[in-house]
Amino acid sequence: MLNPQLVMYDEELRQIQAISDRLQQDSRAETILLVDKNGQLIAASGNAHELDTTSLSSLVAGNVAATGGIAKLIKEDEFTGQFHEGKGISIHMSLVGRRVILVVLFNKNTTHGLVRLRVKKANDELNAIFEALAQKALTSPAPDPFGGAITDEDIDNLFND
Amino acid sequence: MSFINYSSREINCKLVYYGPGLCGKTTNLQYIYNKTRPEAKGKMISLATETERTLFFDFLPLSLGEIRGFKTRFHLYTVPGQVFYDASRKLILKGVDGVCFVADSQMARWDANIESLDNLRQNLNEQGYSLDKLPYVIQYNKRDLPDVVPTAELSQTLNPTGVPEFDGVATTGVGVFDTLKALAKQVLAELRKGA
Repeated sequence: MLNPQLVMYDEELRQIQAISDRLQQDSRAETILLVDKNGQLIAASGNAHELDTTSLSSLVAGNVAATGGIAKLIKEDEFTGQFHEGKGISIHMSLVGRRVILVVLFNKNTTHGLVRLRVKKANDELNAIFEALAQKALTSPAPDPFGGAITDEDIDNLFND
Repeated sequence: MSFINYSSREINCKLVYYGPGLCGKTTNLQYIYNKTRPEAKGKMISLATETERTLFFDFLPLSLGEIRGFKTRFHLYTVPGQVFYDASRKLILKGVDGVCFVADSQMARWDANIESLDNLRQNLNEQGYSLDKLPYVIQYNKRDLPDVVPTAELSQTLNPTGVPEFDGVATTGVGVFDTLKALAKQVLAELRKGA
């Protein structure tokens, strides 16, 4: 497989959450989302509870994947940033390392310039944590989350009302 | 690729419904959406053309419950089936944990099934996956229509490796949850191995 499975632990999530919270405050953004390239939400700060973050994460990942596809077609390595300007809210997206998308939603309370500046700093810090996580996944396999075999009954229970 | 969060005790998996154009991938997701209790599902998103053909993907998040204290979430995706959307199909396969191939049982779609399955294998290979190593199920859809190929014949051609296979009528829900359950089970079992 190309990428090791993404595994998140308490300590790393705490660090990531702290960086995300700080970025939201420093950049005066509305909301910060950290999304796995496969569309799974890792962390959020700000007004995330007012948003459908699951749908947003999936669409952001689709968007970044499509842009990555375009980059490949024109023989560009990857577009590391994207910006969507709205009347009220704008979105700045950037890649952290090669597997996480940092999404900043902001309004007129701040500027794109400030967002970009703060994102750059946060990006470096986040990159170090995700690099370490990827290394950890390679060197020390995560424990079995279920602690034993999964039975037909377990699966049926998931689907029962 | 699944995402295991030991901090919030959550597991997220990505399941992709693949198959030729108009085979019923979106219909599978719509049936699952309609029959799932509101608190267990998120919004279903369809990026479709004006004529309701899938343009990029459909997305349905399911949060079904817990297994041994781990919240288990499945993100269901469909690919656009039409041949010329191949670039989009490749993107959606990225990070896949399990594949459901939805075959169209109608005689007239025989070649389309074979072409789509070849395309699936090739697109997975390009990304370093092998269909033979991934959790994988097949659904023979549209069994209610006239002029369908017998299941045994479909199976012989489309399922040489003998993965779990199901007859389906996605419009009425026949086989839809059986297919999903079989795939979910394989994916979770694989997580244990990979963990």
